[in-house]
Amino acid sequence: MKRNTLVVSAALLAAITGRAGAQAAGASAAPAAQQAAADTALDARTNAVAVQLRCPVCQGVSIQDSPAELAQQMRNLVREQLRAGKSPDEVKAYFVSKYGEWILLQPRASGFNILIYALPVLVVLGGLAVIVVAMRRWTKPPENLSI
Amino acid sequence: MNWKRSLIAAVTAVPVILLFAWGFTRDPGEIPSPLPGHAAPQFSLDVFAPGQPPLSRPVGDTVRLADLRGQVVVLNFWASWCGACREEHTVLSTTARLYTGRPVHFLGVLYNDSLAAGEAWIAEMGGQSYPSMQDPGARTAIDYGLYGVPETFFIDGDGRVAYKQLGPVTGVGLAHIVDSLIAALPPKPAAPATKSRS
Repeated sequence: MKRNTLVVSAALLAAITGRAGAQAAGASAAPAAQQAAADTALDARTNAVAVQLRCPVCQGVSIQDSPAELAQQMRNLVREQLRAGKSPDEVKAYFVSKYGEWILLQPRASGFNILIYALPVLVVLGGLAVIVVAMRRWTKPPENLSI
Repeated sequence: MNWKRSLIAAVTAVPVILLFAWGFTRDPGEIPSPLPGHAAPQFSLDVFAPGQPPLSRPVGDTVRLADLRGQVVVLNFWASWCGACREEHTVLSTTARLYTGRPVHFLGVLYNDSLAAGEAWIAEMGGQSYPSMQDPGARTAIDYGLYGVPETFFIDGDGRVAYKQLGPVTGVGLAHIVDSLIAALPPKPAAPATKSRS
């Protein structure tokens, strides 16, 4: 009996220490997982800003898509600034202050830039008006036709 | 009715022609910098190429823009892989030497290049009279809104970017800008005159 008790208590002890050990391992794994999640989130935020910034070397693509060394360095800077607590708008404002509004792949809809957004709509409306006027003329009786 | 049609055609065509005329006469590679007129971004960069006496600074020495306040700074970004940098090298190096003793500092910044390649280039070009600094990660280059080399920034005595030169500088242009910036400095005895004559 005594020996049985000893075996049981040894097994219990092993189970407890084993569990404790597993817990310890779990505790150390948690921050690593958190770190990885934070990195992934930071990567996603960096990408979201980087796709909006024009590569100064290639000029036609974003710094996210450009293989140029400068674009890569700019991406690193975006990441660093976001990590330091800057908002995406603040990071973009930093690049605009250095490169001008040219650096934004999508121009801001303010001031002269409004033309870029308004002009296509106006042209389509103007085209529709021309079509309507032309259609009316074409469908008028022949005696009113004036060419 | 014909004049009416002509008027409509003209009203439609003229803005389009003007837009194209404006667009085609501009260089799309030339992007206006927002920096001129504003405070020059501060930098603190380590010298990797000392330059030649009396303009030399020891390798590893940290050059801070803040320390050069009250004097004109000519900041030239260059690289050994840059063809146009060869064109302007002699002009910059010679002009810097000619202005020894005047309140102006010529400084080079190596852009996206290895230090060994930079040193080899300077040796190949027969030396550089003024010091050049390294810029790890192109942080200072980005701070100055750089998108290619060579680019040269002229910083006035108040620490503002007075002018930015895209592409190689010319001797006449360089001397003209530096002279005008020196002339605009407050009229007090220039401190560096004694230093650089030593």
